[in-house]
Amino acid sequence: MGSMRRDEGGWPWLTAGSVALSLLMVLALLALLATRGLAHFWPAEVERVTLIDGDQLAGQRVRTLAPPGGEASAPEVLYRTGNRDLDGQAWRWVSAAEIASRSTPQELLMLQRQRWGEFFGRLVALREAGDTLGIRDEALWQELQTRLARVDDLRQRRDRVQSEEIEPLLRRLANESSVGPDTREALIARLGEARRRLEGIRAALERDTLIVESVDGRRLEQPLGEVLAAWRPNALSPVAKLEHWGHRVWAFLSEGPRAANAGGGVWPAIFGTVLMVLLMSLLVTPFGVLAAVYLNEVARQGPLTRLVRIAVRNLAGVPSIVYGVFGLGVFVYGIGGSLDQWFFSERLPSPTFGTGGLLWASLTLALLTLPVVIVATEEGLARIPDHQREAALALGATRYEMLRRVVLPMATPAMLTGVILAVARAAGEVAPLMLVGVAKLATQVPVDGEFPFVHLESKFMHLGYHLYNIGFQSSDMERALPLVYATALLLVVVIVVLNLTAIFLRHHLRVRHRALVP
Amino acid sequence: MPATLSHVPASAAPAPTVAEFTEAESCFDIRDLSLAYDGKPALEALTLRIPRQRVTAFIGPSGCGKSTLLRALNRLHDLNDEVRREGSILLEGQDIHGPGVEVAELRRRVGMVFQTPNPFPMSIYDNVAFGVRLQGVKRKRQLDEIVEWALDSAALWGEVKDRLHSSAWSLSGGQQQRLVIARTLAVRPEVLLLDEPASALDPISTLKIEELIRTLKSRLTLILVTHNMQQAARVSDVTAFLQAGELIEYAATDTLFTNPRLRRTEDYITGRMH
Repeated sequence: MGSMRRDEGGWPWLTAGSVALSLLMVLALLALLATRGLAHFWPAEVERVTLIDGDQLAGQRVRTLAPPGGEASAPEVLYRTGNRDLDGQAWRWVSAAEIASRSTPQELLMLQRQRWGEFFGRLVALREAGDTLGIRDEALWQELQTRLARVDDLRQRRDRVQSEEIEPLLRRLANESSVGPDTREALIARLGEARRRLEGIRAALERDTLIVESVDGRRLEQPLGEVLAAWRPNALSPVAKLEHWGHRVWAFLSEGPRAANAGGGVWPAIFGTVLMVLLMSLLVTPFGVLAAVYLNEVARQGPLTRLVRIAVRNLAGVPSIVYGVFGLGVFVYGIGGSLDQWFFSERLPSPTFGTGGLLWASLTLALLTLPVVIVATEEGLARIPDHQREAALALGATRYEMLRRVVLPMATPAMLTGVILAVARAAGEVAPLMLVGVAKLATQVPVDGEFPFVHLESKFMHLGYHLYNIGFQSSDMERALPLVYATALLLVVVIVVLNLTAIFLRHHLRVRHRALVP
Repeated sequence: MPATLSHVPASAAPAPTVAEFTEAESCFDIRDLSLAYDGKPALEALTLRIPRQRVTAFIGPSGCGKSTLLRALNRLHDLNDEVRREGSILLEGQDIHGPGVEVAELRRRVGMVFQTPNPFPMSIYDNVAFGVRLQGVKRKRQLDEIVEWALDSAALWGEVKDRLHSSAWSLSGGQQQRLVIARTLAVRPEVLLLDEPASALDPISTLKIEELIRTLKSRLTLILVTHNMQQAARVSDVTAFLQAGELIEYAATDTLFTNPRLRRTEDYITGRMH
């Protein structure tokens, strides 16, 4: 006989271990994305490195690689040196053995530029319309900051004139049928006026130039209009560094991409992702709820409803790229093509709805997530006790009144659970979007002040696709990698925020029905 | 011959279920009613008349069809596709399955209280106003009056008047059941069907419900399904004993409990047969 107390064995530890492992993986994932992604924006120290052969370079230390030969050879250090216009490359591997000395002079300057990426070096002088200003050192630095604020303002004005005046006028002119000859003249006159103003702004932007010098003494005349920001990382106090970091994170979130997506921000991608997910939710919720109500409340329960249920559940397992193909064939070419022939024939052969766009992408994802919403809603409906339905009917409610006033309100938390699952799935899908409307680059968000305000036919950017794009299509992997991490983190954050919104809503509803939901 | 008067030996054949009340006295007139679920018979050729403004109790062992019969009276079986019906049920002389009958209106006239207290997940006030609002009443003052009257009729007004807008689920089980009765009374039904209304309640709450049933019979017809013999004896005027889908005996409650005509009835009410 064994002992009275039977040994439980290791299984509780096994279960706890599984949970711990899962948690650890999630935390590790978030930690990796957060450190790699967010560190990219931190103004790290710039080192001036003098090599044994007398060569000099300035840059930020990225990482150190131990050589394969063990201790016999020195480690290799990778520096981000910028100055692509001078050196032809922005990275440099240096063997630690070749380094004679390293220092971090305060006056080392970093420029963020629209072209050629970062610049590392020293500030020499400012020129206004070709004349060098007679100021030096700190006063020059202050003057540079003032003038950078000016060009920033000019750039914004230029973009506004371009997107809010010139482009709408061009679109109206292109749409010939709706413009009479007189209005046409007026429009052309306005266009000319706007273009002249744009030229004025451009000229003002080109007025100032900056003379800078790399640490090895090569000078460069940099147009100030192309400089986005200038800072001296080694001179920044920790607070100022944090402020700078905040600025750059904000710029990443709020600006459009630059330099073939290798720089700038991801605002259009954030906006596109959120807009598409919201549109998808608006499309999928009513369909899914109606279908679930039919299956659970209206249809006669039998082998056929069972078959439909099995089919719906299996739809959730179809690979998403298959939905993409379906969306392309049916929505884009089928429905979109027909819409173009009926309503936009004057623009053919250039397609309006007959090409991928926001609407078709949302519809495709709505189809993809439909099973999730149906299943969750059905489960919610099945949980409502029959006596609640009978109570409503016994009070003289019709079946519709019973559904609307008793059953559906009680099933709302379950519907929202379905929507939460749908959002989580849709926000992360990339494969089907590549077929039905995502764009590699769309600097404009598909919402503007022009009727009908939301442009359902336009292409849009998506964080997931943007991630794929900068990760796999970039020519400069070292430069793209931190952005990949940052974008991945952002995608996770966007999904979490969308989910939290829905969870908050569901919690609010549950509080109202507190006693019902355990 | 009135079927309730003589004591017949147990060996006799099942008594014919004659109508004991005249058409004028009766609220429901059930004629030859048979019901089958999924092809399995649940009620077989039932014929009885249910008196107006009385409490009628249906008793019988589990599965005898008493709840089925109750639910047939306001056509709750319509929800179930698998139910087949023969025979007819007349409410105040009108066939409830007739072509001109609107089922929602029928159910308003024939209210129902269930075994589990089932208030809706809304406030006490909204629960009582639910059915009234369905009738199209929107004016606040009129709603207020009806809610107060209904809660008062269900002997609940005093307990909830200060918290009409708190959740109905915050009430105790007994209060919830009286709330459900108030909610049903608010739409002014002619008949109140009670399906074991006290079986989930404690003894004090049960007594309150029984008291309420006795008060209400001055206003409407009550039909009570119960497993509790004492309860049937305490509150009902007339009792029908059903077994295996058939009406075995139907008589004034006093008679049926003190002097049953059939041996089967006697066995059941004295607990010799389950």
